[in-house]
Amino acid sequence: MSKLASSSKEMSAVSDTTAQGGHGPAARTSTFKKLLRDPQFVITASILVLVVLAGIFAGVLSHHGPNDAELSAINAPMGTDGHPLGGDESGRDIFSRLLHSINTAVISALIGAGVAVVVGVVAGLIGGYFGKVTRATTEWIFNLVMTFPGILVLIILMPVTGGDYRATMLVFGVLLSPGIFRIVRNLVLGVKNELYVDAARVSGLGDLRILARHVLFVIRGPIIIQTAFLCGSAIAVQSGLAFLGVGSLSTPSFGAMISSGFRNLYVVPTQFLWPSLSLGVMTACLVLMGNSLRDVLEGGQPRPLKMGAGQRSAQDAATSELAADESALLQVRNLGIAYAAAAGGANEVVRGVNLRVARGKVLGLVGESGSGKSQTAFATLGVLPNAALVTRGSILFDGRELLGLSDAQMRPLRGKEIAYIPQEPMSNLDPSYKVGSQLVEGTRKALGVSKAEAKQRVLALLDRVGIMDPQRTFDSYPHQISGGMAQRVLIAGAVASRPRLLIADEPTTALDVTVQAEILDLLRDLQEELGMAVLIVTHNFGVVADICDDIAVMNKGVIVEQGTAEQIFANPQDEYTKMLLGSILDEDKVREDPPVVAGAAGGAIEGGAA
Amino acid sequence: MSLLDVKDLRVEFPGRSFRAKPNEVLHGVNLHVGAGETLGLVGESGSGKTTIGRAVLGLVKPSGGTITFDDRNIVGLDKRARRELARDVQVVFQDPYTSLNPSMTVGDILAEPLIIQGVDAKQAGARVRTLLDQVGLPQDASQRLPREFSGGQRQRVAIARALAPKPRLIVCDEPVSALDLSTQQRVMELFIDIQRQTGVAYLFISHDLQVVRHISHRVSVLYWGDLVETGTAAQVTNDPRDPYTQRLLLAAPVADPARQRARREERRAFLAAQAG
Amino acid sequence: MIGYILRRLLAGVVLALLVTLITFLLLSTSFEDVAKTILGQSATPDTIAALLHDKGWDRPVIVQYIDWLGHGLTGDFGNSVYDSQEVAPAVAHRLSVTLSIIIPALIISAVLSTVLGVWAASRGGVVDRIAQIISLIGYIVPNLLLAIGLVWLLAVQLKWLPATGYTPLSENPLGWAKSIVIPVIALVIGSVASMSAQIRGRMIDELSKDYIRTLRTRGVSTMSLVIKHALRNAGGPALTVLGLEFIQMLGGALIIENVFALPGYGSYAFNASLQGDIPLILGITVFGVLLVTVVNLATDLVNGWLNPKARLM
Repeated sequence: MSKLASSSKEMSAVSDTTAQGGHGPAARTSTFKKLLRDPQFVITASILVLVVLAGIFAGVLSHHGPNDAELSAINAPMGTDGHPLGGDESGRDIFSRLLHSINTAVISALIGAGVAVVVGVVAGLIGGYFGKVTRATTEWIFNLVMTFPGILVLIILMPVTGGDYRATMLVFGVLLSPGIFRIVRNLVLGVKNELYVDAARVSGLGDLRILARHVLFVIRGPIIIQTAFLCGSAIAVQSGLAFLGVGSLSTPSFGAMISSGFRNLYVVPTQFLWPSLSLGVMTACLVLMGNSLRDVLEGGQPRPLKMGAGQRSAQDAATSELAADESALLQVRNLGIAYAAAAGGANEVVRGVNLRVARGKVLGLVGESGSGKSQTAFATLGVLPNAALVTRGSILFDGRELLGLSDAQMRPLRGKEIAYIPQEPMSNLDPSYKVGSQLVEGTRKALGVSKAEAKQRVLALLDRVGIMDPQRTFDSYPHQISGGMAQRVLIAGAVASRPRLLIADEPTTALDVTVQAEILDLLRDLQEELGMAVLIVTHNFGVVADICDDIAVMNKGVIVEQGTAEQIFANPQDEYTKMLLGSILDEDKVREDPPVVAGAAGGAIEGGAA
Repeated sequence: MSLLDVKDLRVEFPGRSFRAKPNEVLHGVNLHVGAGETLGLVGESGSGKTTIGRAVLGLVKPSGGTITFDDRNIVGLDKRARRELARDVQVVFQDPYTSLNPSMTVGDILAEPLIIQGVDAKQAGARVRTLLDQVGLPQDASQRLPREFSGGQRQRVAIARALAPKPRLIVCDEPVSALDLSTQQRVMELFIDIQRQTGVAYLFISHDLQVVRHISHRVSVLYWGDLVETGTAAQVTNDPRDPYTQRLLLAAPVADPARQRARREERRAFLAAQAG
Repeated sequence: MIGYILRRLLAGVVLALLVTLITFLLLSTSFEDVAKTILGQSATPDTIAALLHDKGWDRPVIVQYIDWLGHGLTGDFGNSVYDSQEVAPAVAHRLSVTLSIIIPALIISAVLSTVLGVWAASRGGVVDRIAQIISLIGYIVPNLLLAIGLVWLLAVQLKWLPATGYTPLSENPLGWAKSIVIPVIALVIGSVASMSAQIRGRMIDELSKDYIRTLRTRGVSTMSLVIKHALRNAGGPALTVLGLEFIQMLGGALIIENVFALPGYGSYAFNASLQGDIPLILGITVFGVLLVTVVNLATDLVNGWLNPKARLM
């Protein structure tokens, strides 16, 4: 991942750790504190604790055993002496049964979720960490386990388990383990290839220690979350089975109580009420607690994207005091773009940018990561993400104000008058469609021509951008072509409509140096031929020297200097520009000092190559 | 006398689908690194330069050839031998964002290679303090997590980690490619300073000729798994003999409009001559 | 592509054999208990041994399995121990009842989940809130309570629909429709909850990708971006979810069948298991495994077709 792709990553307030999950001991306490600050977590956890305690102290809290039947208590209404919640159809005390059912539920959850987690985690660690064969085998085994609908397996194995709910939950736990296995295995696979694991291997750390130190941290969060959900499932399933009559009659459980309550629904409705409520409350608390855990440990649910809504602009954003420049094709005045800060309030990443692109000229927008240069480019196209807000300024394209235009109004401009080339060619092509069809779709949108006509134009374009066998590339899928070819394809798509302005976002950063030179040649040729103005965002002064007429240097959200290429290279005015130019590694300087050999034992040893 | 000696190294990777033939990525590469010197390894994507680095580090198994360090074989080492080698051979990777465990403090990260070697906690702590000074990081950095630092600073942490066991050779896999221009220069200076102070040798892998030229004593050029040219830095990067190296040199843009125009012409002429 | 299909088919067959073998082995541990249950009062060591011999249950397990397999390949899965009905047709009939509920439920659920998930992911706002609430309810309320709640509301309180019973489609289409409405609703709610959340998640992932933004800069319409591009790419995983959901429903339908007194596959399995009717249990297992295998195969095939990398293998 290049540092430049990361500028957009920095903009979306995702910190590195949320994706990785684990934290060190210092950060761990703050996770717990965060949980305590979440009312949903506190409430649900407290309820669960109370419920579990009630179950544990069932013997003390209720005066009857769960299976003690008294003739006098048959269908007794609530509030009867000695039976606060009444008696069931067999004369057993409902309150007592309820409390003991809690224990059954808790044990079901512990066994079911426990087995699932243990089996899933161990298998996931093994399946994810070790070689291909192990991975394939474990994958296959768990596919086997997943093949059959859980409840049916439990039922079919009833003769074997004898209906004992603990054995049943054990089997259920095994049936649930593929979900955990998959999660753990994917996480391990992801971490296994991380460079810090490689570094640990180089240092001589053995596999087991690597698993313990580096991998386990990462899976902690997701496992905790899943455990909460699994407990809920286990309780629900055990209740369902008990409802159906599976298992020993002497084991009190919500399901059994609901079943008898269901039978007596018209006689004494409250018999049905209490176990249902208890079951509902327990599962609800577990699910909600799981959601809270997910919010704190993983940063919550992903947010929907408001497709079609267009870029967000503040109310009176589109104004500026600077005079409009007639000769410029694109003029950005006092542009401000902000994102919501983690601690509240807004964080401006572009803070009053002024730049102009003259007609038919190439402007290089130069800056380091975090300077805001890509954001400026996206704002011009109107494709900033939802999280961004244009706070002020104006973007004039040929005299027309772009800020504040709806997405529908921008669409005819995009792809037709203003075109775009992205940085990473491969991730910018839809992997499911052939290259040709993607180009045709865009071309038809831009030029409004028939499919056949579009195809002809696209083939001609592919040839123009230097692709050897246009028809073959047209019929290929993105994964079948190289990075350099993919970039040529994207360039072809961009210039199809002879746009007046081309915005290129680091178009050669992801390419090899020899390919970069070819692509720059191509861009230069096209620019001359079509008379396009180009706004090229880059961090590479070599690229700027090769292709740009004008340069704008950007630092921390503002333009610090703008001028012609000759001016800036020969005579930079701003300190930052001077610093940047000074950091360019000197072409002429070669390493002069000879290799040093630090005090080798036994006499003088010549340093350097033999 | 070479520190690191690679002879006829071959590496192949399994084919993509189940029964596809394996793909040979390195076709018998020879190179060596002397004590205290920097060998720059240049190549584009597909050249295999990263694979060589990983093979030296034991992260990839060669299918042929030998790799020796101090005349001892270092291929296929068992756990104990690898730990011993870790005292002499270390690594700095490209991506400062994923080469440090995000859930460990900087202090723990730096201490890990030492703890593995059996150094006790107190000595490790002292060494960590020295390392932080050496790479120009503040002392309180050891309590903080990697995410609190910039890319350049994290790379310094990675360098400090590599230096912890006082190695004699560090494999640097594109260590500055993911850094900003200004940071790049500073980190390069740090690399050179450390080499001058400690006499450590570098196998410096990069796709950027400029970067390689700046730090290397000798340079080797890789092209699709073959070493096409080797020589002193001055010779290879200013006056290359191999046509691919020449192409590489001409393709790199110069940060000066006039000179770049001249180079473009040179390149055009060169490619025309090649085609003819 | 042909190779891909054949390999998946083979994998499916192997899987089916393996599952039935394991089930057979597990069940074989309870031959004696079943014999005792059948004989009831007259169970003595002698009568048990005689019964075991009569049924062929005293032979080595592997021999029994191969024998059963051999007969099975001709479609003969034996007869129920209790009512002597032929296993295969009986199970097939009950399965058809269950399928007549599951399939409509699945289709409705798939359509609703897709619409809800895609809309929530691409528009957010009110629809997103609704989708999240539905998901939450579906997760929190166990199937059991949902089914009972619906019966109470629709059949008992409002008296719109019959509470229990099943009318076969062939007998009376309208009656059939009425008898399945509540069960289908119960299944749909539970299933939409999880499916829509998953589809929403995958759509959000897909819509955040670079190529969507690039297509946008070429003027491609929002509708096309969401449906033609994002949904197509998210489709593969979504279909896998659908396949899994089908398998889940097969089991989940069990409770529904019990509450609504429907003569379906799940309750058949349940009774067979209670009675230890081994030939029946095996027959039920076979049908179940075959069904699941077919569903998995179909999902794999569609996935393979959707994913160009797989298609070209």
